[in-house]
Amino acid sequence: MRPILLKGHERPLTFLKYNRDGDLLISCAKDHNPNVWYSHNGDRLGTYRGHNGAVWCCDVSRHTERLLTGSADQSAILWDVETGAKLHSFTFESPARAVDFAEGDKLCVITTDPFIGTPSEIHVKRVEADSSRQSNESILVLRGPTGRINRAVWGPLNKTIISGGEDSIVRMWDVDTGKVIKQSDPDTGHQKAISSLAKSADGSHIITGSHDKSAKLWDIRTLEVLKTYTTERPVNAAAISPILDHVVIGGGQEASQVTMTDRRIGKFEAKFFHKIFEEEIGGVKGHFGPINALAFNPDGRSFSSGGEDGYVRIHHFDADYYHIKM
Amino acid sequence: MADAQVEQMPAAPHTLAPDNVPEPRVQVNIDWSQVDLDSIELPEGEDFGILSDDDQEEEEILETNTGFGNIVVVDNLPVVAPEKYEKLEGVIRKIFGQIGVIRERGLWMPREDGGEGKTKGYAFIEYTTPQEAQTAKEQTNGYKLDKSHVFAVNMFDDFEKYMKVPDEWVPPEIKPYTPAENMLAWLTDDRGRDQFVIRFGFDTEVFWNDARLGKPDPVYHRSFWTESFVQWSPLGTYLATIHRQGAAIWGGGQTFNRLTRYIHPQVQLIDFSPGEKYLVTYSSHEPSNPRDTQRVTLNIFDVRSGKVLREFKGSADDFATGGTGGVAGVSWPVFRWAGGREDKYFARIGKNAISVYETETMSLLDKKSLKVDNVMEFMWSPTDSILSLFVPEGGGGNQPARVSLISIPSREELRQKNLFSVSDCKMYWQSSGEYLAVKVDRYTKTKKSTYTGFELFRVKERDIPIEVLELENKNDKIVAFAWEPKGHRFAIIHGDGPRPDISIYSMRSPTNVGRVTKLVTLKGKQANALYWSPIGKFIVFAGLKAYNGQLEFYNVDELETMASGEHFMATDVDWDPTGRFVATSVTSVHQMENGFNIWSFHGKLLYRLPRDKFFQFLWRPRPPSLLAAEDEAEISKNLRKYSKKYEIEDAEQYNLSSAQDLEHRRKLIDEWKSWVARWKQMHEEEKAFREDLRDGEPSEDEEDLETEEVEVEEIMKVEEEVISYGFEQE
Repeated sequence: MRPILLKGHERPLTFLKYNRDGDLLISCAKDHNPNVWYSHNGDRLGTYRGHNGAVWCCDVSRHTERLLTGSADQSAILWDVETGAKLHSFTFESPARAVDFAEGDKLCVITTDPFIGTPSEIHVKRVEADSSRQSNESILVLRGPTGRINRAVWGPLNKTIISGGEDSIVRMWDVDTGKVIKQSDPDTGHQKAISSLAKSADGSHIITGSHDKSAKLWDIRTLEVLKTYTTERPVNAAAISPILDHVVIGGGQEASQVTMTDRRIGKFEAKFFHKIFEEEIGGVKGHFGPINALAFNPDGRSFSSGGEDGYVRIHHFDADYYHIKM
Repeated sequence: MADAQVEQMPAAPHTLAPDNVPEPRVQVNIDWSQVDLDSIELPEGEDFGILSDDDQEEEEILETNTGFGNIVVVDNLPVVAPEKYEKLEGVIRKIFGQIGVIRERGLWMPREDGGEGKTKGYAFIEYTTPQEAQTAKEQTNGYKLDKSHVFAVNMFDDFEKYMKVPDEWVPPEIKPYTPAENMLAWLTDDRGRDQFVIRFGFDTEVFWNDARLGKPDPVYHRSFWTESFVQWSPLGTYLATIHRQGAAIWGGGQTFNRLTRYIHPQVQLIDFSPGEKYLVTYSSHEPSNPRDTQRVTLNIFDVRSGKVLREFKGSADDFATGGTGGVAGVSWPVFRWAGGREDKYFARIGKNAISVYETETMSLLDKKSLKVDNVMEFMWSPTDSILSLFVPEGGGGNQPARVSLISIPSREELRQKNLFSVSDCKMYWQSSGEYLAVKVDRYTKTKKSTYTGFELFRVKERDIPIEVLELENKNDKIVAFAWEPKGHRFAIIHGDGPRPDISIYSMRSPTNVGRVTKLVTLKGKQANALYWSPIGKFIVFAGLKAYNGQLEFYNVDELETMASGEHFMATDVDWDPTGRFVATSVTSVHQMENGFNIWSFHGKLLYRLPRDKFFQFLWRPRPPSLLAAEDEAEISKNLRKYSKKYEIEDAEQYNLSSAQDLEHRRKLIDEWKSWVARWKQMHEEEKAFREDLRDGEPSEDEEDLETEEVEVEEIMKVEEEVISYGFEQE
């Protein structure tokens, strides 16, 4: 399982996304320029130039035509994946953080950070097929959570939006009314900021990672906690395997503390857990900074991790991996 | 009506209450003018029917806290006419004024006829302190003023107590015998497991160390059990907790009921005597005047009754050790207990003296301290009442430094050794009191640096022969020294630089019994601490702190390394009392990695338990084995015969637990499956809507989902093979 090391970023990684076919990997980092790579060999296809701040998140449309990136330069940009052309730029009053295309790619959700008096917001925008007619208008703006909203994803049939952020609460919003329908219980939910939130391949459940050193699996319809995975480190990223009952969790101590101690102390390991038994299966070491991003290839045969160290590592699983016995 | 009240009320406290009365903490909307206080019916009894679990203590405090503690009542005074009143008052003032300061208007003799007539024959005297009143009572009770007037002096506070004495004697109720809990029940665990206690966060938890299951088995858990630390008694009978009011002990195998409390406000440190008969508690108090030294209070309690046997008070200087030079601060334990389980003597070091106390009388042995000029340090033999003490050089180098062994209670000097140009000395007793090693740091001729040698005393041999051991490289720094418990070997870490050497010596040699021989020197080890197994033979070389928790498990009989390991950042290493397991822990001196690991004696990692804010890991000590040495030898010789039974038990236990595990897992999988099935059904129902959202694009997603399903099933099959494969991991 020799990893492929992708050296295309100069600053810490923030997010990784495979397209639906799994042949491309898009990486976002604090260095302003998202990259796109061939996922099987790690060759770089291109770079999307145009942002003027850290890029926090991205999403790619179903047929890999469009890419949406959210950045600290207070904009979210819609790109043509193939040409790298900027199709449209959504501008905000504050940095954009999470982005997600809805089913059918006609809608997207973009969250913005709290910024000089403006509270954090969740914007829903229409995405036009013809980008020349693209408008900047939000068809829905949701407010309420305090602190940053680190991730927001669409629920089944685009009826709901699930968000998680610094206030450690997972919320489910009704898209029609703009109200919170459900939110996580303070006792069973996370105790500290939620750093990541990812859907399973079939969209039936979501995994959240939190600085309370745990990751949790939730029913996307009921927001019921199905499983909890506890580690020894703050969790920055989590992902669910599309083919096996595994989840992978990454993290590490706060970046500000890293240089003060030994490399081994940080536990910059991607840890595999059995999804159903909540037991640790193993770990993949390699990064020398906390892991900020994790993503499974949709075929389930490889995964990639992005670290504070500025590297992306693509790991293709060995044959043994498919026969791990518990 | 209700509205009107709400509006009126907020103003009321201001208008009614004067400025200096604090506002009630909780504003309750009650119009007090309408409340008839007499109509309130309170529940029966002082406590309103709410039982307090500390009722016993409350009562004690109530009895002593009436505030009249410094008043005594003097009875049997002469009855005198008003003319002689002043004379009598003068006499009484003279008698009682000698003992303490009588307060202004603190003497009062009641008289008849509204204070004009004859005296009634008794008086009240108020002193400035309760101590004075107490002394007055002790000294003047029974004082003969003349033949017919013998004083009866009592504390005012005691009167109520005397009043309560019933006039007729009632035979005491004989309580039916309730068998006390067996304090040693935990020793009868059928699997011979050991217990340990951990402190983390606000919680304290006791576990069985279940190596067979590879995890700890919880026994007792309690939050906020102690306010600082917990401590086992030396034989493992009790667990002590620390509170603001004092210390408490808890015992038993599973229940941990409170047994006794020891009242000592602001207690900071505690120490049990080796035989668990006595408990020493310590507290120090910041002086009110910053120029004064700290005040120190020490109490010695009887463990079983909880009564104070002796109290020591003084300034911190009086209890600071270190002879004339004076090492700052009080070193704990202040009182050191003589060896053995009899708890006969304890001693403390003072200026130019060592005070040895007898527990029988709780007073100085032979009423005087042991005079030793400039004594710097002393230690008891762990098994006998023998003191070893160190006196540094005196008289500007004219008097040599010396180490001597003194037998108690005879005060006979058993052996003495003079040492020259000594900079420092440290004494190490072997656990069965057979040997004493004294590490001596001496100045080189230039006095610019020091080198180290050892003086080895064979305490149990005739005339106590002394042998001098010097390292091959005299300039090596000694990092650590440790005796093999109950054995004849010792290990030293020596050398400079990051990779010191470890040498192991024996007090016996193959040919000549009475000679120190070196067994082995291991070069370049990353270690700075030595931990012998409590039964000897095995030792762990640990590299703590700067070495990041390197561990090496070494067999001294075979002189070979059994295993190496690492517990990253480990701060503590503890052997269990049977020498079967080793616990390594990272306590909260580090922010990260907190928790502990359990290893087998031969260095196999058995399990780990991470806990944030981890403070303490303590094995429950065991009392010494009741088997004679021969019996133990017999067992270890025929170990195979005995071990068979346990191996079968082990296997059974393992199968049982893995069957349970499997059952549990199967249940989890079933739950998950049914959850997925429900989801899938809904997902199927929504299929048309989903396609609609994508402008009718036929969804491959659904097909993908089918494929996934097949693969999920495959895994289910793998799970079922667990029985035959056991636990296998990547």
